Amino acid sequence: MSKPLKQIHLAAHFPGVNNTTVWSDPAAGSHIEFSSFAHFAKTAERAKFDFLFLAEGLRLREQGGKIYDLDVVGRPDTFTILAALAAVTEHLGLTGTINSTFNEPYEVARQFASLDHLSDGRAAWNVVTSWDAFTGENFRRGGFLPQDERYSRAKEFLATTNELFDSWHGDEILADQSTGTFLRDAKAGAFVHQGQHFDIHGQFNVPRSPQGRPVIFQAGDSDEGREFAASSADAIFSRYSTLDQGQAFYTDVKSRLAKYGRRSDQLLILPAATFVLGDTDAEAEDLAKEVRRQQVSGATAIKHLEFVWNRDLSSYDPDGPLPDIDPDVSDNHISKGRAQVRMYRDPLATAREWRELAAANKWSIRDLVIETGNRQAFIGSPSTVAKTINDFVQADASDGFILVPHITPSGLDPFADKVVPLLQEQGVFRTEYEGPTLRDHLGLTHPDEVRDERAAS
Amino acid sequence: MSSTSPSPLHLAVALDGTGWHPASWREPVARPRDLFTASYWADQVAEAERGLLDFVTFEDGLGLQSSHYGELDGRTDQVRGRLDAVLIAARIAPLTSHIGLVPTVVSTHTEPFHISKAIATLDYVSTGRAGVRVQLSARPHEADHFGRRTFEPISLESLRSEAGQERLAEHFDEAADYIEVVRRLWDSWEDDAEIRDVATGRFVDRDKLHYIDFEGRHFSVKGPSITPRPPQGQPVVSSLAHQTIPYRLVARATDIGYVTPHDTEEARAIVAEIRAEQEAAGRADEPLHIFGDLVVFLDDDEATAVARRERLDGLAGEPYTSDARIFAGTPAQLADLLQELQSTGLTGFRLRPAVAGHDLPAITQGLVPELQRRDAFRRAYEADTLRGLLGLARPANRYAAAAAAATA
Repeated sequence: MSKPLKQIHLAAHFPGVNNTTVWSDPAAGSHIEFSSFAHFAKTAERAKFDFLFLAEGLRLREQGGKIYDLDVVGRPDTFTILAALAAVTEHLGLTGTINSTFNEPYEVARQFASLDHLSDGRAAWNVVTSWDAFTGENFRRGGFLPQDERYSRAKEFLATTNELFDSWHGDEILADQSTGTFLRDAKAGAFVHQGQHFDIHGQFNVPRSPQGRPVIFQAGDSDEGREFAASSADAIFSRYSTLDQGQAFYTDVKSRLAKYGRRSDQLLILPAATFVLGDTDAEAEDLAKEVRRQQVSGATAIKHLEFVWNRDLSSYDPDGPLPDIDPDVSDNHISKGRAQVRMYRDPLATAREWRELAAANKWSIRDLVIETGNRQAFIGSPSTVAKTINDFVQADASDGFILVPHITPSGLDPFADKVVPLLQEQGVFRTEYEGPTLRDHLGLTHPDEVRDERAAS
Repeated sequence: MSSTSPSPLHLAVALDGTGWHPASWREPVARPRDLFTASYWADQVAEAERGLLDFVTFEDGLGLQSSHYGELDGRTDQVRGRLDAVLIAARIAPLTSHIGLVPTVVSTHTEPFHISKAIATLDYVSTGRAGVRVQLSARPHEADHFGRRTFEPISLESLRSEAGQERLAEHFDEAADYIEVVRRLWDSWEDDAEIRDVATGRFVDRDKLHYIDFEGRHFSVKGPSITPRPPQGQPVVSSLAHQTIPYRLVARATDIGYVTPHDTEEARAIVAEIRAEQEAAGRADEPLHIFGDLVVFLDDDEATAVARRERLDGLAGEPYTSDARIFAGTPAQLADLLQELQSTGLTGFRLRPAVAGHDLPAITQGLVPELQRRDAFRRAYEADTLRGLLGLARPANRYAAAAAAATA
């Protein structure tokens, strides 16, 4: 018996503040005006995407003690922009990253519950955690959190917000005008939480929202992050968009679900993926190469090399050879407010390897940064890209993708117009929304039903 | 300043649930089951915009509503529960085009960094119509929702004692710091910081981004904001005040103070006190609106309005009392009262509809035309931004001004 075809889930990531976003392209528009967000969201909804995704950063990045000025800088407040987007869309899910370190559960719970009400059940939360004192300088609480406590705080934060979401059951508001009973229960919203990170009690003041709780996303990749996702998340925003890495990640994470009493379809794996479309595959390849050069200017190449060297390399020529000096391996990193610099676990080895690569291929600094940087995940004609995406999903490398266009805000338009119809023709992507809520789009069970299932078993 | 016609007054409406009377939800027009939907709020604000009002405020709080200031009352016969006011305002912004949107934020337990970018973003999604009403919470049960501070029990009476005044001053000092941080963050990007200079590869001119380096007793904030300077430069900041300490905050830090005089004499005294504080704060030259707050029951004849108030009091089981004067009468009588109060130096009014479904349309369809007949209110929106409607210029950026002074 052949496996039934999986339905693909698709989402759109509003282009962010890194060099994936090509702001120098004449087609690039504002990254902050609401019209850009509305355009992007309406395209995603026209294409019947599951949701829009918005990232967050709480301090402007710095390198060498100065604000990093080569990428898009500046973004809106996540909750506020998602609430406004709820007014210009009807079905599209609204997913936002909200940091669990620089917020308090009561406030975040009322914001997500409010967003869920105001969008009729379309809210989702990408729970991220941070510990750095650098970002903490913008907040009351500062950067006190030891790195090894970040997941324990994030876990307790999420558990606490769940207690707040669940503190209303949905039947408390009677609003009986004749008898004068508004609330069925004076203790509606009552909660007590005593834990390592939070000791709070009282009454929550937002009644239960359409989805019960927002859909929960998790993005961490460490063992702890995967375990956190398996225990508590509805979806993972992963970074593996190649087939073999994707399959390995998919198998690993899904295998962790059983010990939490969860089925494999209760956690979706959705990698971020860039794309470049052309009329033909060859045209797309050429275009993709050009985009990668736009993404890595000479100045950007030097800055990216500094991630590894951890030194000021501004005196080096980006079109010249790699530095002879070795990376500075001290703890104090030249780059602040950026996650990916920690990817280079052994800078000395990376530097050695890169020098060899550059020498063998006669690459300049800029060539090297382009060649070792991420290639776009999907490059080709619309039919090639549609086929590749479908093959990935059917081969269990993912349950779909969160697409990251490189042009704001129109970069999604060609995908919506040319690739989505092909996926729909193949019967692997919806032609109409099946239900009103994001849980409906993702095939996720309402938390009340999950509770009922667990109670019955 | 002299003029043959009366100077136009500014009008705002304070939205809170089904209205300000605790039994308002029991009226057939009230829609209490819709309170947690976007369409309820969209309808309210659309009505206010049809009436050409300057802005609406949205009440909020970090705990359930209560008939007691300092503690929960356990009552089930009044509206309880509400949605986040900033998010309601953002949800409504794309559906409206001229009216100002002024959500309440609680400064006591929240992060000024988050609120600054939230209001800046509200300004972007409304293309220049955002404001904020800053409120503090000294309530112990709301502090317990955050678990980071413990507050002593409190009542409105206890605040009048010397210890109460000290405590009040401390809370208001924190609120003043909070507003200072929010405002500095709005200015932390100069208007032309984004340069998109393809030749050098620079997206921003980092010399036009500024650390705010605020250090206060309650918090320190480094900056700059993650959100560029909002369309209005500085969204409108407002606050409600009933006595000297809060009047001082109004005078030092806000663009609009809401006050609650019960007659013209009291109005005159409040205006004088705030203006003196404004001068003491070195802001005498800056425009500062002082709005009178009034709860209103409006009907075609006075007896009907009074009877409606009595009927609602009966349903509530007790007479409704308020910090603000409660008016029951006709639109013409209210217009008389507003103009009389305006003569004391108040520049506008924030009306609190007793029953939103009844008194809001009575304001927009009864009071507004009456004021227009008297040449006392606009006949069309004359500006696209809230600052514009309030006659407030777009302010210079404090950091740009400082940089210009340094190079001059």
